[in-house]
Amino acid sequence: MTRERAVVPEAEFRSYYGRPVIKPPIWHEPHMPTYLYLGGMSGVSSMMAVMARLTGRDRLAGTARVAAAAGAAFGAALLAAELGRPERFLNMLRIFKPTSPMSVGSWILAAQGGLSAAALVGPLDGASPGGLPDVLPGVRTGGPDGPLAGVLRPLGDAALLASGVTGPLTATYTAVLVADTAVPAWHEAYRELPFLFAGSAMAAAGAVSMLGTPRAHAGPARAVAVLGAAMETVAGEAMERRLGFLGEPYRTGRAGRLMRTARALTAGGGLLAVVAGRSRTLTALSGLALTAGSLCTRFGILEAGRASAADPKYTVVPQRRRLDAARERQDS
Amino acid sequence: MAERMGFFTDTSVCIGCKACEVACKEWNQLPDDGFVFEATSYDNTGMLGASTWRHVAFIEQARPAPDGDDGVERWLMSSDVCKHCTHAACLDVCPTGALFRTEFDTVVVQSDICNGCGYCVPACPFGVIDRREEDGRAWKCTMCYDRQRGGLEPACAKACPTDSIQFGPLDELRSRAEERVARLRADGREEARLYGESPSDGVGGAGAFFLLLDEPEVYGLPPDPVVTTRDLPALWRWAGAAAVSAAGAVALAFLGPRGWGGSRGRGRWGGSRGLPGSHGVLGSRGGGGR
Amino acid sequence: MAECHPVGFQWVVEAKERGARVFHVDPRFTRTSALADRHLPIRAGSDIVLLGALINHVLTNGLEFREYVLAYTNAATIVSEDFRDTEDLDGLFSGWDPETATYDPRSWAYESTGEQPPAERAEGGPLHAEAAGAHAYGAGGPAAHPNPRTDPTLTHPRCVYQILKRHFARYTPELVERLCGIPRDGFAELAEAVTANSGRERTTAWVYSVGWTQHTVGAQYIRSASILQLLLGNMGRPGGGILALRGHASIQGSTDIPTLFNILPGYLDMPHAERHEGLDQYLELEGGATGFWGNRRSYLVSLLKAWWGDAATEANDFCFGHLPRLTGDHGHYTTVMGQIDGTVKGYFVIGENPAVGSSGGRAQRLGLANLDWLVVRDLTLVETATFWLDGPELETGELRTEEIGTEVFFLPAASHVEKEGTFTNTQRLLQWREKALDPPGDCRSELWFYHRLGKLVRQRMTDDEIDRPVRELTWDYPEHGPHREPSAEAVLREINGVGPDGRALSSSTQLRPDGSTACGCWIYCGVYADEVNQAARRRPGREQSPVAPEWGWAWPANRRILYNRASADPEGRPWSERKAYVWWDAERGEWTGHDVPDCELRKPPDHVPPEGARAEAALAGTDPFIMQSDGKGWLYVPAGLADGPLPAHYEPHESPVTNPLYAQQANPARRTYHRPESPYNAPGGRFPYVLTTYRLTEHHTAGAMSRPLAYLAELQPELFCEVSPQLAGHLGLTNGDWATIVTSRAVVEARVLVTGRMRPLRVEGRVVHQVGLPYHWGWGGDGLVTGDVANDLLPLVLDPNVYIQEGKAMTCDVRPGRRPRGRAALDLLEMYRHG
Repeated sequence: MTRERAVVPEAEFRSYYGRPVIKPPIWHEPHMPTYLYLGGMSGVSSMMAVMARLTGRDRLAGTARVAAAAGAAFGAALLAAELGRPERFLNMLRIFKPTSPMSVGSWILAAQGGLSAAALVGPLDGASPGGLPDVLPGVRTGGPDGPLAGVLRPLGDAALLASGVTGPLTATYTAVLVADTAVPAWHEAYRELPFLFAGSAMAAAGAVSMLGTPRAHAGPARAVAVLGAAMETVAGEAMERRLGFLGEPYRTGRAGRLMRTARALTAGGGLLAVVAGRSRTLTALSGLALTAGSLCTRFGILEAGRASAADPKYTVVPQRRRLDAARERQDS
Repeated sequence: MAERMGFFTDTSVCIGCKACEVACKEWNQLPDDGFVFEATSYDNTGMLGASTWRHVAFIEQARPAPDGDDGVERWLMSSDVCKHCTHAACLDVCPTGALFRTEFDTVVVQSDICNGCGYCVPACPFGVIDRREEDGRAWKCTMCYDRQRGGLEPACAKACPTDSIQFGPLDELRSRAEERVARLRADGREEARLYGESPSDGVGGAGAFFLLLDEPEVYGLPPDPVVTTRDLPALWRWAGAAAVSAAGAVALAFLGPRGWGGSRGRGRWGGSRGLPGSHGVLGSRGGGGR
Repeated sequence: MAECHPVGFQWVVEAKERGARVFHVDPRFTRTSALADRHLPIRAGSDIVLLGALINHVLTNGLEFREYVLAYTNAATIVSEDFRDTEDLDGLFSGWDPETATYDPRSWAYESTGEQPPAERAEGGPLHAEAAGAHAYGAGGPAAHPNPRTDPTLTHPRCVYQILKRHFARYTPELVERLCGIPRDGFAELAEAVTANSGRERTTAWVYSVGWTQHTVGAQYIRSASILQLLLGNMGRPGGGILALRGHASIQGSTDIPTLFNILPGYLDMPHAERHEGLDQYLELEGGATGFWGNRRSYLVSLLKAWWGDAATEANDFCFGHLPRLTGDHGHYTTVMGQIDGTVKGYFVIGENPAVGSSGGRAQRLGLANLDWLVVRDLTLVETATFWLDGPELETGELRTEEIGTEVFFLPAASHVEKEGTFTNTQRLLQWREKALDPPGDCRSELWFYHRLGKLVRQRMTDDEIDRPVRELTWDYPEHGPHREPSAEAVLREINGVGPDGRALSSSTQLRPDGSTACGCWIYCGVYADEVNQAARRRPGREQSPVAPEWGWAWPANRRILYNRASADPEGRPWSERKAYVWWDAERGEWTGHDVPDCELRKPPDHVPPEGARAEAALAGTDPFIMQSDGKGWLYVPAGLADGPLPAHYEPHESPVTNPLYAQQANPARRTYHRPESPYNAPGGRFPYVLTTYRLTEHHTAGAMSRPLAYLAELQPELFCEVSPQLAGHLGLTNGDWATIVTSRAVVEARVLVTGRMRPLRVEGRVVHQVGLPYHWGWGGDGLVTGDVANDLLPLVLDPNVYIQEGKAMTCDVRPGRRPRGRAALDLLEMYRHG
């Protein structure tokens, strides 16, 4: 038997040789956090592409479309690589299971990946203004004379519109994914995590489009980035404040360092984004800071989850308090 | 569905012989867990995992003596196992359907379906299920599903010399356990308590429950486990709110006050219906100045 | 018991459920202690003080079961005037001969009734001591007067009862506290519980294992318990007894059908080259004429008939001359010394791993290295077979492979699931086992090996007279299967024995002295009764009485509790309804009950034997201990033990404590080997701690059957030493780190397990620390886990009665950190020996 004195005085608790009660998440770095970043970025990029298309900002729409498709595709690849049995990746779509955020998420991601990829074909249609040039040199796919002329664009636009629905889901379902575990720092943060993730995704997507679009066309991207950075910062603060003792894993150790770095990068990148329209350097600085910030957030979240699972106090103390409170209620 | 079967592990008669660990590995042909001296009493397998489906905990408890000599007064031993929860998080979150509920109301992984996503691992509030890295799949106690189908009791219960591990219909085990606790308490062992037997607990009652002689956390068990999916509707509601907020924020970025957007093209749809652009704060001063 | 016999411990748990109180006396707090009602930590090697104090508690408070004691023990018997106690001679009994370091036991005898037995008949003296003769008597004991003088009032100053009282008077609770380290309240609780739980209505059982036997006073430990149990009336009754837990499957069988050098099957004495000329002289000298041992001619002649068949005739003493003869001590450790000295040239090691499992491993390996040939049969390539390649002496440079001349033959053996046969368990129960699968490759059963070896040897026999014993052996067991496996059932049937009609016998009472019956082991007679393998019976317990007579077969005569006549009062009525077991049915004129009565069925309780009767006919109807010549339980042993008629506390050979009771520090008759290969620790401060060795649930003996198995090896992967937090603090040992344990024999490294389960004890006013060391590890043996050999630390010093080594109590030093390697290890040893 071990009696351990935690840093927080009220967190005195008993454990079995200090061993964890629950298993830490086994997801790897960089796969899982990078996927969280890419998925979020893809989801918000889809929303941006839709909005850009709707508002006639085709340069921005083009960038966002590609970002959305690439994020989903690479993200899915990372997810597959993360599996213990990657060759059984398709088993994810064997059933649809509402109780499993991963099952739901797999379908969302499948839809997002498919739709965002399909949305790419719109601009291939030569008729599309601001559309992409032929993707493959020497092969005429798009353009007014192409074999798919007039077909691709409505198809792509329909897919794009649909991705306006899957996009927000892609950007936020991952919060449910991590919160729907026994990991104390994740589960107890289920209110704020989706906002944190959404904010992080907006900052990431805004940054990518900022970087990939001529400054003159990237205004909304910068706006998205600024709003995302703000949302992420506010949600993060709110989360840690509400979690209290359970917020400790986000403040200490490697996770704490990552989260603090993320906070600084995101806030800094967000502030820079306000003025990033003025120069390429500022844009680059802002975009990179926001991207790095979003990535740090994702790595930090994973690490905080691991840390909170590895130390039994985060499992035992809140549960013990809950029991004691219930006992007191009973007694009174 | 057949009667719900379960384990009642009465730690008050456990002698820590680990026959359950060995019988389990032997029957289920599990690999070893490495040969590491842990210096944690007589426990060298640590905790339940992908290759250890029964784990005996050893807890040495001291008695303060007047001369300051802290001799051991109690040596608690307890054979831990998968709880086969009524509301099983591992099963709930499994995306492939590899985890399923059997006709004995137990929870089993189908290894031919599991793709090793690992989601069940952090979902379990007891830290039971784990992924075997060299194999890539998640593994845990099956309550000897194959033996049960053949009319045999699970290997651990069969091997237990002192009947610390009892197997049977869950209802029967529950009443037996209550009698046992009552008797121990009558004998002055007030610390005896059941763990995981109550259908009103956070996992809806465990299919494998325990008689403990101290707080659960002393044995490495969570004191008040709750199936994480109990909160799932709330989780989705918050995520939905965030998704809507994000969508709103993106829309705002494009359509916001004074048209935060930069230069607009003239898309087939939307171009003409777009709000009039202007160079707002967030807009590029240079407009289309490139 | 929970540690080493977890399966048997289920019955203790069940007894506890029914209200039994369980005390555990052990230097360490073990898995048994965890379930016991009370654990009493004791200094290793001080148990006679504890047991003696319990005896004293019973005697001074008059708590004995007087009626039982009077009727069934020798409490009233009057002892010779010549007897002097340790209390008179400061730790020696009368008859001590300092020249030979042995006792002449004549003065211990019962008071003469005019017919004094011849000197050599009363066992003892140098020949006896050398050949460990006491063990030969097994349950029987040597001759004593069938009807000695008694004083039923128990007041005669020389009656056994009064001698006991005087002898144990100094064994007080205070002494227990001083020497054992058991506080007075603990002793009081134990004494109260044991005595309150004994009598007509209740019985108390003592359970022991090698924690009691592996001492230089091992046999006297058991004697102490015997005295206590007889005084309390706990022998021969359900729930009573002194239960020996044997260390392996069927090690009981290996003493019944012995692998010991000094007895023949059924505890018949092995003839001695100088003492025994012919059959008649042998039978005259070995044992008394009364009690069931009075029939020993029938037992031995039937054995000789089983072995030599038609060749054994009355005219040739039934081939008694064919039996090998002892010339002295041929025990394990003396044999090893013979190897080192070059007098023992060849060695069969069967299912044993002395290079790791025996005391003083270094001497063992030096002996192995000096052989001409060595045959090892085992399941895995044990260290005993590979010492020449990778033994620790190669690392230190004491041995060099190219200089070892021993030719080693390793023969793979079949495991217990790969062969059929019986196990005889700790309660004498024979249980037949079927073969589950064929042994792999060249692995063969022991039965196959010896049968085949016998056949090959016999092929090489000549007509020379010296070859006759082997030539004439009955060696015609039916064979089956592709490997021509001999039939184990045929062997069991031979052990059971056959009558003149060639049919299987059903009881040892059918054995005849005239050569008309053959029986391979008289106590097993009946295991094949009615031509049925009785050991193979498996009727579930729920389908029969609690005695479960139809599960397996128990020797003798399928009797589950020995001496159960004592479960009834002298008139033949159960002592109480609650404890009824067997009783006299006056109407039918025979004994009956739940078990097979352990007496002649039709001998009424009031039977008085006629003058001059022999064998069982000399026993009265009230005599329950039918193997003793006087039919009594012996509180006092007039002959047969090498170290005295009563237990006296002696310190272990190596002890940090000075014996406060007597000037005699250790058992004077203990057997020592003063050899440079295995020196003793010098007394004094260099070896300040008590070392005790033991087994863990997770492993089996020297590890050959557990270290190669991943599922077991992972449970206890490394050699570790258990030390108290206080000792760890004192020495700077860290939990999980390394420690080095040193005796003058060896230096061994182990992981440290700091645990409050080890308690420093206050002994003789100072703190004594004990160090615990399990002994399952070795350097190889196909082990998935390896480690230093704990047994290398042990001294070669033996109990004088049965030659068991003192493995449970010795001294040592402990140092933090790992041990030095190679030459440096020898230097460290040298420093401890002389520095």
